[in-house]
Amino acid sequence: MDKAATAQNSFWNDTGRSGLTAWIFSTDHKRIGLLYLYSTTGFFLAGVILGLILRIELMAPGRTIMDPRTYNALFTLHGVTMIFLFILPGFPGAFGNLVMPIQIGASDVAFPRLNLLSWWLYMAGALIALSSLFTGGGPPDTGWTFYVPFSTRTGTNVTLAVFGVFVIGFSAILTGMNFITTIHRLRAKGMTWGRLPLFTWSLYATAWVQILATPILAITLLLVMAERLLGTGLFDPGRGGDPLMYQHLFWIYSHPAVYIMILPAMGAISDIIPVFSRKPVFGYKMIAFSSVAIAAAGSLVWGHHMFTSGMSDRAVLVFSLLTFIVAIPSAIKVFNWVSTLYKGSISLEAPMLFALSFILLFSIGGLAGLILGAAATDVHVHDTQFVVGHFHYVMFGGTGFAFFAAMHYWLPKFFGRRYREKPAIIAWGLMFTGFNILYFSMKILGMRGMPRRYYDYLPEFADLNLAATVGSWILALGVAMMFVNLVSGLLRGEPFTGNPWGGATLEWSVATPPPTENFAEEPVVTHGPYDFTAAGRR
Amino acid sequence: MDGQRHTIIGYGTLTAVWVALLLLTALTVGITRLELGGYRVLGALVVASLKGGLVIAFFMQMKSEGGLLRLFLLIAVVTLAIFIGFTFFDVLYR
Repeated sequence: MDKAATAQNSFWNDTGRSGLTAWIFSTDHKRIGLLYLYSTTGFFLAGVILGLILRIELMAPGRTIMDPRTYNALFTLHGVTMIFLFILPGFPGAFGNLVMPIQIGASDVAFPRLNLLSWWLYMAGALIALSSLFTGGGPPDTGWTFYVPFSTRTGTNVTLAVFGVFVIGFSAILTGMNFITTIHRLRAKGMTWGRLPLFTWSLYATAWVQILATPILAITLLLVMAERLLGTGLFDPGRGGDPLMYQHLFWIYSHPAVYIMILPAMGAISDIIPVFSRKPVFGYKMIAFSSVAIAAAGSLVWGHHMFTSGMSDRAVLVFSLLTFIVAIPSAIKVFNWVSTLYKGSISLEAPMLFALSFILLFSIGGLAGLILGAAATDVHVHDTQFVVGHFHYVMFGGTGFAFFAAMHYWLPKFFGRRYREKPAIIAWGLMFTGFNILYFSMKILGMRGMPRRYYDYLPEFADLNLAATVGSWILALGVAMMFVNLVSGLLRGEPFTGNPWGGATLEWSVATPPPTENFAEEPVVTHGPYDFTAAGRR
Repeated sequence: MDGQRHTIIGYGTLTAVWVALLLLTALTVGITRLELGGYRVLGALVVASLKGGLVIAFFMQMKSEGGLLRLFLLIAVVTLAIFIGFTFFDVLYR
């Protein structure tokens, strides 16, 4: 791997320790970022394989390759892996760590050891959650939401799985605290709040959600454990408990968690689009403000997951209204990205193609979210495949594609080598095509009444399910091609030097790969992050 | 830790706070015996908030801390209040 490093003082050549210990005990934010990158993408690929297996089962009505019990366990594992092991820690852990300190002109995060502890907690939580598959009553079959009363009564090993997620929660809280402190205290001279790159702004908003919402998930999961181990009756109506209270507590965290997943993705897109449009970002202040507004408003809408749960009508009304309010800052971002493109000198390289498809796919997913946020229409499509389609459009089409955009945009900077452009574009084309065949089919299936999480279905749903499965193969082919191209390019590709994209943020001003201390001397920032002329770029 | 301020709180104050906490605990128990419907939970939460406030102010010495720490505490408390308050749109009207 060190062969990739060209600069003598590159962080790849930090010889303080050797072998694996140089990585797993390193407090360098770049090495920790790469640890997160390797682990989260590893779990992502495992989640993709699980998704493919699920789609094969759903290819035709009736039993195809597995029994219903295995199907329940696999969709739970797919959800837990993708949500808690990839998409939540992925962006802040990998790209937040790699890029943010350099973007603000710092030599590292505020608490480097705490940063390493975050990764260790994440890995420990992941191993605990995965060990639930092979111990106790076997793999949990509750879905990633762990809804009571089923999660408190099933004989599968829910206790260990939720404990694993509980531990991962601490990792997120520590990362959030670290990033907030870093952004407040370690900005270089001249790096005012108005000059903060939008990716860093989005990480800042995300970090607040991480530290304010994650403890609620932690305590909720502890309550599930208490219910299972001690029989406390907290969620049992027969003993004065309330099962809906679990749903409130779970979604008080898990809806803001959606914004932990999407906000950094939006930040990365906000950084990439101006660079490949050769134009300053349109509406910098409004994009920055909308990140904070999404984080704040998005924390108040959890009840829209519960419209059919038996919750009071008044609560349905309030949460429905608030859900529509979140659409405003989200739309501000989309309109500003499109306005940035307007009359720009657009360069359709791989990062930009992923970024552009993010805008389209996120918009389709977001607009479907309004159908789910309106109580009247939600009743018809609640718990159908429509929700699965919507969620994947926002999370995979949104965060996933933005993650791939970020990989193509930033990783050459840290590896000093680049991938091949043509295979990257072909992989993107395959992914974009397969993605839409797969998930748009799900949306139609849901509209026609096919429930989510069902093992079997009526014959009239067969054609679209077959189409969705074929779409999943095209998508998976694209994902495989993208990773092969990225890995081979970053290890053995053409050297990547200087600032070929023409970025104006600080990470493009340091050597490639960056030195261990990032900057030889503390930088003085004299211009905004998208002022390409002042930065001396194209 | 050198250079940090340390406020000494007298035994009298600490004992008074402890007694107040005991009385408030008794009040919590009392509230459960009243027929207040959904407001019973509200009452219990108000008393619990008072108790939490006393612990934070005196035992955790927030009373003598600066504005920034108080601001951060306020953000956390307001967030929690909103979460609990919004849940009552359901609990009170179900």
